[in-house]
Amino acid sequence: MPQSDTAPESSEPKDEAPAPSLEKATGRTGADGVPAGKDPKPIDAAPLPKGGAPGITFEKVVKRFGSNVVLRELDFTVAPGERVTLIGPSGSGKTTILRLLMTLETLNEGVIWIGDQTLWHMDRGGKRVAANQKHLHEMRKQVGMVFQQFNLFPNMNVLRNLTEGPRRVLGVSQDEAVERARELLELVGLADKLNAHPTQLSGGQQQRVAVARALAMQPKVLLLDEVTSALDPELVVGVQDLLRDIANASDITLLCVTHEMNFARDISNRVLMFDQGQIVEEGPPEQIFGEPSEQRTRDFLQAVLAS
Amino acid sequence: MEWDWQYSGDIMPDLLDGLKYTIIATLLGYVIALVLGLVWTLLRRAPNPVVRQTVRWVTEFIRCTPLIPQLFFFYFVILPQVAPALHTVLPFIDFQEPIAAGVIALGVHYSTYTAEVYRAGIADVPRGQWEACTALNLPRSRVWTDVILPQAIRKVIPTLGNYLIAMFKDSPMLLAIQVVELLNASFQVGAKSLKYLEPITIVGVLFVIVSVISSILVRRLERRYATV
Amino acid sequence: MFDVLDSHEELLKGAWITIQLTVGGSLLALVLAVLFGMAGVSSSRWVRGLNRVYVEFFRGTATLVLLYWFFYALPLVGFKFAPMFTAIMALGLNVGAYGAEVVRGAIISVPKAQYEATIALNLTPTQRMIRVILPQAVSLMLPPFGNLLIELMKGTAVVSLITIGDLTFRGKEIQQSTGETAWTFFWILVFYFVIAQVLQLFVRFAERRVDRMLGRRPSRDTSLATVSASAAGTGVGG
Repeated sequence: MPQSDTAPESSEPKDEAPAPSLEKATGRTGADGVPAGKDPKPIDAAPLPKGGAPGITFEKVVKRFGSNVVLRELDFTVAPGERVTLIGPSGSGKTTILRLLMTLETLNEGVIWIGDQTLWHMDRGGKRVAANQKHLHEMRKQVGMVFQQFNLFPNMNVLRNLTEGPRRVLGVSQDEAVERARELLELVGLADKLNAHPTQLSGGQQQRVAVARALAMQPKVLLLDEVTSALDPELVVGVQDLLRDIANASDITLLCVTHEMNFARDISNRVLMFDQGQIVEEGPPEQIFGEPSEQRTRDFLQAVLAS
Repeated sequence: MEWDWQYSGDIMPDLLDGLKYTIIATLLGYVIALVLGLVWTLLRRAPNPVVRQTVRWVTEFIRCTPLIPQLFFFYFVILPQVAPALHTVLPFIDFQEPIAAGVIALGVHYSTYTAEVYRAGIADVPRGQWEACTALNLPRSRVWTDVILPQAIRKVIPTLGNYLIAMFKDSPMLLAIQVVELLNASFQVGAKSLKYLEPITIVGVLFVIVSVISSILVRRLERRYATV
Repeated sequence: MFDVLDSHEELLKGAWITIQLTVGGSLLALVLAVLFGMAGVSSSRWVRGLNRVYVEFFRGTATLVLLYWFFYALPLVGFKFAPMFTAIMALGLNVGAYGAEVVRGAIISVPKAQYEATIALNLTPTQRMIRVILPQAVSLMLPPFGNLLIELMKGTAVVSLITIGDLTFRGKEIQQSTGETAWTFFWILVFYFVIAQVLQLFVRFAERRVDRMLGRRPSRDTSLATVSASAAGTGVGG
């Protein structure tokens, strides 16, 4: 179990204890050298998940679609609470990494660890066997995802979009779920849209609700899949600022796929540059965006910035 | 009661006689449905709003009411009135026969469905096609016959195929006006010997086989003419 | 013209039987449609096979043939049912097969992204279906269900041929006793038409409610897709 050192918390769920104060949370992120939010008013971090964020490890992960190999023996590690952005040309396998972690795609080869547990395998009589639905259900409790197209449920209003998961999956009481939903909507600046219907909201608002919905499940790992690509340009910054503030105020492990290089610089501790299912280069955002060492990275950045 | 293979064989000629009427009713009715449906569709685009609304409600009425009372209406009411006139036009057909009423009622009933199909097919032709015709200054009739209808009909061929199957399956209702089609033939054979099991089961199985095979053919058509 | 309406008691009795058959048949059809429609999207090949057998067989049979078989053939091998029960079975089994295809098609038309969102929220497979997928699929099911309901109502007229006193049967009785052939059948057809219009009102009401639930503006464009869907619904009766 190579990763047991990276995620001691996940074996001790009691650590989920009451959220540390906002000061502590921001203090921690400040120590990581991440710029604090531009917003003068500190966001209320009360509803954000705290503590026990696991690390993530990919070991020789292979993912194929038919004869098309998307990930080739990919190895990488994300430390607990680390915030990593995946960049690279489309088709380089970034989104597939998130989808594998969310169990939206099945793994072909290799092992994925979340904390000290394997995502796609389980232990049966000392042997590592393919995970069953029950194991996947347990593992998914730690992971949340925000989609490019928001994917709010159109058959529910905003409130129910936020309470459905906590009530049905986490077994939270109705009152408690509503209370948390209110806090989260306040956090994303949509307290007045509680009873609105998803279709009545703008794209930016829908994406804020989707962020709140993912956070309502108290994930320890949050996956952001091109969350601003489907938004009108003028709405992009608002959603990005919100996500950055949330990231700063919580100690969630964050994996982010984006084409917005400013956002990548803002939100992450580390950037991974992908090409053809392999990591080409990695490092802190200042290095990757400032002085990339690989030609392919330079080409990619040039192409993105030119557009 | 045991299945009687001997008896099953003996009744086959009678059933084949019935099958003949089933096929005639289905195919001739289908021709009427295809042509009359197109007439309804074009009339619904007529410049005169009275014509449009009348056609709309008449077809709605026919489509929303059952075939059996319609068969009675055609057989007992309409055909006795118009049979002599029709007979002078088509002297080789006896319009007083139940089968004639059956074919006409079946065709008229389903023409209201084919009308909807054509209408949707025409609506499905991209606006740009109309605009291109205007740009080319094509005369109105040319627009229909050379541009719009060929495209529309091509798209609706599989759907029209489904309605042929549907008419085949509705054809047993003609027994309500004493047409000796397949089901009626099997029933009459059964009544003679009071052994209904074999004839009706054979007819039932035959319907399933024909329908299943023809839906496979329609699915092939769908792949070929890829609708929607 | 209105002489026929002197027999309105008879007509109303017949209409009542027609309505009973319509309601009974459509309830049975609905249950079968949902059960077999969900079987059609099962991950088990065996369960999907069950869906195929039911759908292909009962879509292939004509209601009237099925009815005759239940009514005349089955009693000879020892199964005898009340005529009303027989009729509801034949109508429900037949229309249910079309309905199952509608349900299956609607479920697979719900965007895949919605399904992925339910996984991301960690809902169980049953919760995914009941809380998210089915409620959204319902809006796609309703227009074709409306067509099937009308087809089923029209299909009830076949019961007059096994001597159940429905609207068509009473019509023939009145025609024979009064000799008013034209007006009798005219009024019978008008009765059916009114029933059909009322049923359509119900369906539209349901469509509007579901559209509101999904935050959509109702649209009633007949596209080729919806006409094709209703094409599958014919052959049920007439």
